[in-house]
Amino acid sequence: MKLQRRTFLASVSAGTALMAAPAVMGQAKPRVVVIGGGSGGGTVARYVAKDSDGAVDVTLIEPTKRYYTCYFSNLYLGGFWDYDDLGHGYEGIAAAGVNVIHDWAVGVDRDARMVTMASGSSVPYDKLVVAPGIDFVDNAVPGWDVTKQSLMPHAYKSGTQVQLLKNQIQNMREGGTFCMVAPPNPYRCPPGPGERVSMVAHMLSESNPTGKILIVDPKQNFSKQALFEEGWAKHYGGMVTRIGPDFGGENVEVRPDAMEVVIDGQVESVDVCNVIPAQKAGKIAELAGLTNDAGWAPVTPSDMRSTMDENVFVLGDAAQQGAMPKSGFSANSQAKVVANVVRGELTGSRIFPARYSNTCWSLIATDDGVKVGASYEAGEDQIESVSSFISDTGESADLRRQTYEESIGWYNGITADIFG
Amino acid sequence: MRNLFLPIALSVGAIAAPTASPGQAVAIGDPEAGAEVYRRECASCHQIGEGAAHRIGPQLNHIFDRGAGSHDDFRYSSALERQGRDGLTWDLARLHAYIENPRALVSGTRMSYRGLEDEERRSDLIAYLRVFSDQPQDIPEAAPTAIRPEVELAPEVLAIVGDVEYGEYLSQECTTCHQRSGSNEGIPGIVGWPEEDFVVAMHAYKEKLRPHEVMRSVASRLGEEEIAALAAYFAVLDE
Repeated sequence: MKLQRRTFLASVSAGTALMAAPAVMGQAKPRVVVIGGGSGGGTVARYVAKDSDGAVDVTLIEPTKRYYTCYFSNLYLGGFWDYDDLGHGYEGIAAAGVNVIHDWAVGVDRDARMVTMASGSSVPYDKLVVAPGIDFVDNAVPGWDVTKQSLMPHAYKSGTQVQLLKNQIQNMREGGTFCMVAPPNPYRCPPGPGERVSMVAHMLSESNPTGKILIVDPKQNFSKQALFEEGWAKHYGGMVTRIGPDFGGENVEVRPDAMEVVIDGQVESVDVCNVIPAQKAGKIAELAGLTNDAGWAPVTPSDMRSTMDENVFVLGDAAQQGAMPKSGFSANSQAKVVANVVRGELTGSRIFPARYSNTCWSLIATDDGVKVGASYEAGEDQIESVSSFISDTGESADLRRQTYEESIGWYNGITADIFG
Repeated sequence: MRNLFLPIALSVGAIAAPTASPGQAVAIGDPEAGAEVYRRECASCHQIGEGAAHRIGPQLNHIFDRGAGSHDDFRYSSALERQGRDGLTWDLARLHAYIENPRALVSGTRMSYRGLEDEERRSDLIAYLRVFSDQPQDIPEAAPTAIRPEVELAPEVLAIVGDVEYGEYLSQECTTCHQRSGSNEGIPGIVGWPEEDFVVAMHAYKEKLRPHEVMRSVASRLGEEEIAALAAYFAVLDE
């Protein structure tokens, strides 16, 4: 059995070497360009550079010099983490041999295999990895667009938006209302809105205990619902009200200048409003012609290769791959599959079957952590979940504390894995 | 203060237990209860008793009054070795402190153990450890190494030679949480384990004998060959 498998792997690897030969011989060094330096892009760039030992020329294009993770930004909102804890530089990725360019990728010429940047310069590729994260769908919430994001922050790409939202909540009048307009599926970080509500509730219970939280949600159900609702009742009794689609949660309009939210025709005055609109793949994926009508970039489940172009891979939140949630963990997991395939195709190194996994931890209150996760495999048409788990309601305080401690261990682990 | 207190406490104990002959262990807990604590808390990584060998953690015979990090044939964290060089020895107070909260005493320790807050259980455990330190003649015939392993694995499963390169690829799933540096803050370090222990641990998760949902899910789709490959890779991974 094991000999057979080895033989199989060896033959795969040999076949790959043959196919890859023209690319290797045709030029000095094969070139990989990665657009986006987050959990997916950062990982794939570092892994290809590190594992190819200089045999592949890797360029990472990322506008920001310091990356602030979206995951755990809720813990900053809740006062458990400092803002600086979320920031990561690119020194480690550069040290692995990646050419890091801080610029915006503004166009992809897939025929010429060339990425152009806002500065006007361009960079050629043999394999392109697109990992731009999300953008918001225009007019998803009537009355809101990005020009209103300082009045009603989305705070869903980390960074200064989260600082702004925290500031607004801290300065909210006594007994005021924090409103969250939750997004429809699919969106980045499924438990994110629920965790955010928990963290805002934690913050208010300490500084503004008569404050109220109103969630307007177009979805019938939401991620970790039983766990969050149990936690809200236990820790923040009576503070949180959720209006689902049965009561107008899917018919919402906002009036940022008046700080009003109109729910199914009913006008509510709110004090802080966090609008998390419907989402789509980051703009460059669309500009590169890699997206479908739904706004996401479809990929082949076995290797995250764009169905539009065999030399392009799309990773993380922007990809439409099937059952994996849009999360940093998923993006990191997918990046390793892509790194293995890209390196194999360019240098003849062994290509192994894809393995995908994800776990999302959330904090509900001090030392009250929960998690949900699954293992995934490439199905014929999409990535499919093969086994999953979720924390139980009614777990002991000790287990919840352990889960929280584990989540911090995970944060340190994954950011070391991405950024080196 | 603590250092001053300890010898007094011991001598008081000796006086309070007049039946104790010179050189015999002072009663510091119930070693029988401690054996149970040991099985639950320690035995998956440490061996003790006749024939005990280093596993994920060092063997614990004669731990009392031994210098920290002093087995030449075990790879300790540099933090523990440094503290050993600086004079940390495993006396009663230090064992209590270390078992209560390992990282509070040695912040860089690789021992992935959250600590045992319950003082009585800790005392029982230390009493059990003491049996194998002060009175080697008391080492029981049924040595703790004879405790049944967590999972019975066929010899051919343990004999699979892991494919290190495949293990390196598979390890990428692990390193999203477990750091290559061997750090164990919140998530256990898995670098430098003996291969057999790694294999046993993964099979124990796979067969759902160990409780941890993430690990069960990860292990559920690892075959014998994959587990061997991972064990081989992590055993040789340089820090």
